[in-house]
Amino acid sequence: MALLTCKDASFAYEGHTVVSGLNFSVESGDYLCIAGENGSGKSTLIKGLLRLKAPQKGSIFMGDGLKANEIGYLPQQTAVQKDFPASAYEVTLSGRLSRRGVRPFYSKSDKMNAKENLTRLGIWELRNRCYRELSGGQQQRVLLARALCATQKILLLDEPVAGLDPVATQDLYRQISKINRETGITIVMVSHDIHGAVKYAGKILHLKNEQVFFGTTADYMKSSIGVRFLGGERHD
Amino acid sequence: MINILTEMFSYAFLVRAVVVGLLVSLCAALLGVSLVLKRYSMIGDGLSHVGFGTLAVATAMNVAPLIVSIPVCVAAAFLLLRISENSKIRGDAAIALISTSSLAIGVVVISMTTGMNTDVCNYLFGSILSMRHSDVQLSVALSIVVLTMFALLYNKVFAVTFDENFAKATGIKTGIYNMLIAFLTAITIVLGMRMMGALLISSLIIFPSLTSMRVCKKFKTVTICSSVISVVCFFIGVTGSYVYATPTGASVVMINIAAFLLFWAWSFIKMKLKGFSGVRNFDMEKRN
Repeated sequence: MALLTCKDASFAYEGHTVVSGLNFSVESGDYLCIAGENGSGKSTLIKGLLRLKAPQKGSIFMGDGLKANEIGYLPQQTAVQKDFPASAYEVTLSGRLSRRGVRPFYSKSDKMNAKENLTRLGIWELRNRCYRELSGGQQQRVLLARALCATQKILLLDEPVAGLDPVATQDLYRQISKINRETGITIVMVSHDIHGAVKYAGKILHLKNEQVFFGTTADYMKSSIGVRFLGGERHD
Repeated sequence: MINILTEMFSYAFLVRAVVVGLLVSLCAALLGVSLVLKRYSMIGDGLSHVGFGTLAVATAMNVAPLIVSIPVCVAAAFLLLRISENSKIRGDAAIALISTSSLAIGVVVISMTTGMNTDVCNYLFGSILSMRHSDVQLSVALSIVVLTMFALLYNKVFAVTFDENFAKATGIKTGIYNMLIAFLTAITIVLGMRMMGALLISSLIIFPSLTSMRVCKKFKTVTICSSVISVVCFFIGVTGSYVYATPTGASVVMINIAAFLLFWAWSFIKMKLKGFSGVRNFDMEKRN
């Protein structure tokens, strides 16, 4: 049984269909990249997978005992966060909150887990630094650490490299790939950086207001849509 | 100094006012951190105007003001929250609409009953004489409720303030916590309104958190620092108003302005001093 299955799903805003005909599944341990141009329905699909938005038609199943509060999510940054007085540690620890339920305070194991994830991403030394004073790449790592605190199974990443310089972009890609390989956490990433996607992802889902491709990266690079989208110039 | 304080506290009404005032400024400062960061500062301002309207109506109907004000303000808080969350309606315009409407209703009701007299002035700018015995008991009890709930919800308030989408995605019912924050804010504003005045009460919510954010870098230190600032400013303001016979609410706000300017200057100087080395550190980190 797959972790997430989309069956003939479509999503709409106020009756206007944004993306339709979604038929795919995410297996445990996959690294799936959702590609497509701006406005092709990628972020809408992520909202659907997170259950923040109900499908207009069709359905999305969760399998393998995956619960709604076991999904790690790396959202796009909002204006509020850019000027927020919080330490990297406070942000990371807040990822554990969904496991607390009604219990108001964090336990020792929550704090241990936050430390573990900050260390894993190489930012434990930055724990007391203010979030708004970190560089873009460091901020993304903090949010990734928070997402890891929330999950042991699946991470949904919404444009994780948007606004990062090339060095920070490669760093973050390597970090995500390492998490996938070493811990077996499933990765579902939305990105319009297709070259980065084919380099690291195992599977590609290409959207153009409908599903135009779903399969392995190797097949994608041979398909006509893949060749066109990649520009036919880079095959590294 | 000690003489002034002992003289001040020999008046029972002043002791009552100071006790309620300190508790309300503590509540307002705690809730203010979240409201300011969520860009909801205007909700506090809108609520205080609604409070003015309800106060006028309550006086006209000759019932205890808190009994009318609290339910109406809580309802208004939920309404304002919904308006601010819904981007389709212009949130700021809708808040201005509601606050001016209740101000107008209040003024009309007052002029029809008691006439435009010093009462209006007291409602708008606050009066230290307004605290009755029963008010004090209710105010203290409600302040303790607000403080306890804030302490229990602290981690949730942080998560909902920092990143509502993430919180929602990981299964936290953010709607409930937003409503609780709005609910607690409404109660705090009603409690503080008669002493600070309808036009000035929102300063208790906004000033302390903005002041502490000049200097503090963590959410926890911002929260603690703004409650300390708020309580200290209130106490200095009340004492000042006693000594110089100035209006209490306005005096407290003046002290808050002074604190804000002080902290702003501190952060400015700190930045200038660290400026050069800070830039170098930042470059080093980028390279790593």
